Amino acid sequence: MRRFTELIQQLEMSNKTNDKIAALVSYFDEADDLDKPFVIAMFTGKKPKRPVNTSLIRQWATELSGIPEWLFAESYHSVGDLSETIALVLPPAENLVNRKLHEWINDLALLAKKDEHEKKEFILKAWDSLETQERFVFNKLISGNFRIGVSNKMLVNALAKQSDTESNKIMHSIMGHWNPTEITYQDLVGGAHVNTDSSWPYPFCLAYALEMEPESLGQPSEWQAEWKWDGIRGQIVKRNGELFIWSRGEELVTAQFPELHFLADELEDGTVLDGEILSVKEGNVQAFSILQQRLNRKTINKAQLNDAPIGFYTYDILEYQGKDLRENSMSYRRGLLEEIIPKISTKNVIVLSPVVKFESWEQLAEIRQGARDLNSEGIMLKKLESLYHAGRKRGDWWKWKINPYTVDTVMIYAQKGSGRRANFFTDYTFAVRDGDKLITIAKAYSGLTDKEIKEVNSFVVKNAVEKFGPVRTVKPELVFEIAFEGIAESKRHKAGLALRFPRIARWRKDKKATEINTLEDLRQLLASTLANS
Amino acid sequence: MIKFTNKGIYCMQGDFYIDPWQPVNLAVTTHGHADHVKWGNKAYLCHDLTKPILNQRLGADLKIETLPYNKEISINGVKVSLFPAGHVIGSSQIRLEYKGEVCVVSGDYKVEYDGISTAFEPVKCHSFVSESTFGLPIYKWQPQEIIFSQIKDWISDNHDKNKTSVLVAYSLGKAQRLIKGLDGYGSIYVHNSIANLNDGFIKAGVDLPETIRITADTKKDDLQKGIVIVPPALAEGRWIKNLINGATGVCSGWMQVRASRRWRSADAGFALSDHADWPGLLSAIKATEAEMVYVTHGFTATFSKYLNEIGIASEEVKTQYGSEDEDDKVEEQENVKEELP
Repeated sequence: MRRFTELIQQLEMSNKTNDKIAALVSYFDEADDLDKPFVIAMFTGKKPKRPVNTSLIRQWATELSGIPEWLFAESYHSVGDLSETIALVLPPAENLVNRKLHEWINDLALLAKKDEHEKKEFILKAWDSLETQERFVFNKLISGNFRIGVSNKMLVNALAKQSDTESNKIMHSIMGHWNPTEITYQDLVGGAHVNTDSSWPYPFCLAYALEMEPESLGQPSEWQAEWKWDGIRGQIVKRNGELFIWSRGEELVTAQFPELHFLADELEDGTVLDGEILSVKEGNVQAFSILQQRLNRKTINKAQLNDAPIGFYTYDILEYQGKDLRENSMSYRRGLLEEIIPKISTKNVIVLSPVVKFESWEQLAEIRQGARDLNSEGIMLKKLESLYHAGRKRGDWWKWKINPYTVDTVMIYAQKGSGRRANFFTDYTFAVRDGDKLITIAKAYSGLTDKEIKEVNSFVVKNAVEKFGPVRTVKPELVFEIAFEGIAESKRHKAGLALRFPRIARWRKDKKATEINTLEDLRQLLASTLANS
Repeated sequence: MIKFTNKGIYCMQGDFYIDPWQPVNLAVTTHGHADHVKWGNKAYLCHDLTKPILNQRLGADLKIETLPYNKEISINGVKVSLFPAGHVIGSSQIRLEYKGEVCVVSGDYKVEYDGISTAFEPVKCHSFVSESTFGLPIYKWQPQEIIFSQIKDWISDNHDKNKTSVLVAYSLGKAQRLIKGLDGYGSIYVHNSIANLNDGFIKAGVDLPETIRITADTKKDDLQKGIVIVPPALAEGRWIKNLINGATGVCSGWMQVRASRRWRSADAGFALSDHADWPGLLSAIKATEAEMVYVTHGFTATFSKYLNEIGIASEEVKTQYGSEDEDDKVEEQENVKEELP
């Protein structure tokens, strides 16, 4: 338990991926072999059943610490995490023991069946045997909610490094079906429970943003234009009777998209398709905000399947009949794709991403203006004779996006940044008008020059109205134009909507706080994006 | 006997203020942190060891009278004496007595002896003015030996990785406490703002281990092998990053909570505080046997509500104390920039 607690602390302390990976590698080097599968399960979101409910845990902790209920609530409010609050308010432990992580987890699993009295006895004894930080981890084991900024990809990279195995294979192994009580660490990373020889994807070919005029690219006839879709880039791999769907982050997401599972029967073995996972309803691509309801879920309900049905817009083929096609030209691959896709008997789920026909760059620029109506982000330009490169290479693939949406807002909160900007207020929260009130709409921390940051900083220092820990409430005076890529309904935000990729476009020194946009303006924008679908 | 005014804590019978935030004739000063002593008062009264701090921070040509601990003087018929508050070097609780009624204004305090500031001494009184910076039951400090052994382990761990330990500590108080606690553990390099205070203390006779001032001439290699202490304003500046391959460790009571540790984006956080923790506040207040407790800064509402619930009459009062860890950082940063090597 101590070694695992140490790992959690290291992971929390650093925001650098390399440090986190190093911490994970050394943990998997040193930890007890029986603990390791549990840690992998925990970090990939495999949750055991909660053995004791939260209100009981909270009640026992309050009793034991001898403080009134309201004071516990105040403490919780200040800490912001129940497991941690409990760990901190309890009296110091008097009977420290160092049990192994898997022993605790196994005991907790057994606890589910016991009565309340036995549960209480066990939990109280555990608290008295663990140090503050270990107690925090123990409380997290009960709730099963470990959110510590370790992505599947990061964990996979660490395991790959530690076990000297290819990361794709590890990704496949840990995304497969396994149970931490039954599998050994060696079998898990070795992929004994799955066939990792079939699943491997190709590195994605990535495009650069087109920042110059398209005329500089030469003749239109050398280029293929497609719509740029706003979804999840994906690779569909079908080999040896098995289907795998990889996301751009090289995560295996097969289970998330049951609509595509028919391809296991209908796609030929030895086929790899590149394209975009989108929500498609009645032949129309829906806004990203709708697709979002389907992402990173362990289970999908009927309503979600109905509201956000999945489609795959394919635009490239990387392998056919087991042969790597990446050295062939774009036009050859496209030709092959146009032959194969119509042969699939289930229609309208896997769709050929249409080619946009154009004669001149001016004409394409005009067509591009209509992208929003299709819920597209703009145009992709691919050279007809280009090969399929691994990663980002300048010259052959370009994304020519339409301009972002913008909204005028006023700054209402400021918080200090991190790293180089730790001593300046660089993280701002912006609001729009809602009647005579202001309502928070976005948080952003990029887009200003160093000089502007200093200027805003001194404004914050002089005009702070209140402080909540690191956050300052400031006089609503400074107006900023916020650029964003999309807008979605959100229950989590007070405004009832959330902006996608908000950033500061510019500081509108020419505008007063009375001239900013209203919540109604944004609601209308949201309605218009949903009407497209 | 005391009144909370918009200039500070006022003693009516004595016609003087304690830790005023606006200029007055006589400022009786608990300690040298910027939120408790301001420039512009006609005269100051403070502990002998607070004088060098005021001279350092506010200027050499101030009218300052000093007192040792436990010595009584009379101002307009009010008996005034100082008792150790254990917060930083020279920090004092101000005891006021008029016609048999006693009031103690404690400024900032901690009950654990830190090895360098004179240990806190409880003073019996009728009314007590207390801080509550860490007035929530989540704040319970570990004994300082344990925290120091964690800091030392961290330093040797960094040493193994060829990284220099950069400790972030407030220049007045925490810095000296670290210097004392890490004596003999390696050469300690300090930033100007700390070195200046240290010089003042040494001149005043404080037994402070030797430290090295970082200047333009400091050799990078030497610094790399040492332990570095910097004030919060410089913790994450480019200055320290350009200077050495370091790991930063923030020493502050706030480091008790994960969210604060992460927010600071340091490599390590040590909950080492110069303020009383929850049990410390309660034990100090009980020991005064005060009938009335005024809570001036920190979690004032929560803490005074709790005191009332456990049968100690208490009120929260609005003051301008409690920002030494926060707002000074920006100001201090502006001032120190010129001095950087």
